[in-house]
Amino acid sequence: MKINVKHVAKLANLPISKEEEKKLESQLSEILDYVEKLNSVITKGVEITSQITGLENVVREDKTESCLTQKEALSNAKNTHDGLYKVKKIL
Amino acid sequence: MKSVIGLEVHVELKTKSKMFCGCPADYFGKKPNTHTCPVCLGLPGALPVPNKTAIQWCVMLGLALNCKIPLTSKFDRKNYFYPDLPKGYQISQYDEPFCLKGSLKLDNGKVIKIRRVHMEEDTGKLIHATVGNEDVSLIDLNRSGVPLVEIVTEPDFDNSKDVKEYLQKLQQIVRYLAISDADMEKGDMRLEPNISISKDGSLPSYKVEVKNINSFRFAEKAIDYEIKRQLEILKNNETPIQETRGWDEKKQKTVSQRTKEEASDYRYFPEPDIPPIRWTQKQLEGFRKQIPELPHFKVQKYENELKIKVSDAIRVSENIEVAQFFEKTVKIGSKHNVSPQSVANFLLNKGVNTSNITPAELIKTIISTSTYATIDNSKIKKAVEKVLRENPKALNDLRVGKTQTLQFLIGKTMAEIKEKIDTKIIIEEINRQTK
Ligand SMILES: [Zn+2]
Repeated sequence: MKINVKHVAKLANLPISKEEEKKLESQLSEILDYVEKLNSVITKGVEITSQITGLENVVREDKTESCLTQKEALSNAKNTHDGLYKVKKIL
Repeated sequence: MKSVIGLEVHVELKTKSKMFCGCPADYFGKKPNTHTCPVCLGLPGALPVPNKTAIQWCVMLGLALNCKIPLTSKFDRKNYFYPDLPKGYQISQYDEPFCLKGSLKLDNGKVIKIRRVHMEEDTGKLIHATVGNEDVSLIDLNRSGVPLVEIVTEPDFDNSKDVKEYLQKLQQIVRYLAISDADMEKGDMRLEPNISISKDGSLPSYKVEVKNINSFRFAEKAIDYEIKRQLEILKNNETPIQETRGWDEKKQKTVSQRTKEEASDYRYFPEPDIPPIRWTQKQLEGFRKQIPELPHFKVQKYENELKIKVSDAIRVSENIEVAQFFEKTVKIGSKHNVSPQSVANFLLNKGVNTSNITPAELIKTIISTSTYATIDNSKIKKAVEKVLRENPKALNDLRVGKTQTLQFLIGKTMAEIKEKIDTKIIIEEINRQTK
């Protein structure tokens, strides 16, 4: 299967070099071919599911809990300004 | 040539806590980044657990919009990179939303089909600023994870007036359900119309989405502008490009915005951290019972059963508190021979503050002020003539400016008429006859 690696990299927000592009293209194709093997499994009579835990309706009551402090919330950030995360200008 | 318009509306719910964590959902005017936790910061290993109330409110809104509620539903991840979305994906709903296939009827009888109503989470807030010499974007994640309901219509509109009416009706329903303040200026309610023009009635090959609309009036203006702009392009035998544009209130036009990502490529997949939701018929019945009588039912009831003017029925049911006050007052009024129409008149025209008066008090006020005015003028005229003739001294006092005698003359006239009438009318008549 042919893969547009540039497009995938853009969606994943990853910068890749020309060499990597080539390497990844064959790797991703191999992975897809491998996954394709699933198509040979006979799934007649098997219900479609996106969850296999058997859990349902796991919800919480609408109650507030304590939060992180501003300092804690920002502690992993590379750059901050006045209690806000700071990033390069976007848009 | 026919305009084809569809609408996406986001409504932020006023739950106490956020959609998937216990942080307070109220972010307006709060210190930045003080309402966050590992879940809404998108930290690794955090487990989102859906807010029961938010989900119920979403379903109730769907029911109020005549939607079908599938018995099972699930959440999905919508993947894209943007600094206001710390996880790199938004938890939303893709192919199994809570509500499907609803409708909303406009006053002209036109029915707008609703494709879906689904639940998702809000993103953080971006502020664009210059710090030092650097142009930067600043992020406040207090809003990250606040419950959002998205209501998507089919492209059933063909003019901006209908869009505005739909939005007003939707806002009214949301407020009746008390699930959001739906204040456009505060961002509780956000709209994104998509607009295209069909040459032959079939669905056009492109559509233009318009953002940055924060009032109903802007929505109307932006849509009208877009229709004009696209017609111009089509006139030259070209096709408008598919894009996202923003409404610029200063320039009074829409301007092209750079698209965030290849918008169609969100790579949705089922949210593995949240098990599916399954309803029983009994639960859904329970939600249905919690829905108050909605405005269009009230208008019909007021018009047909209470026999009040349609225009008044619409105004009385504009907000649920006034409508409920009106109904209580009408009920008490029926025991005192006060008609629903006079209650409506009083409520609408006398600026009654329903939080400062009880329905019973209002009925008393109506009775004490509304029995006059039914007397015909000639009767008043005759009574005043007689009183003035029989009380020459009082008349003289009045003429020389002794205004206290006016009260005496009014009393005499009232006694003559033997009915309670508006003193203003008597004063006018006395003035006329003594000029
Ligand atoms: Zn949180």
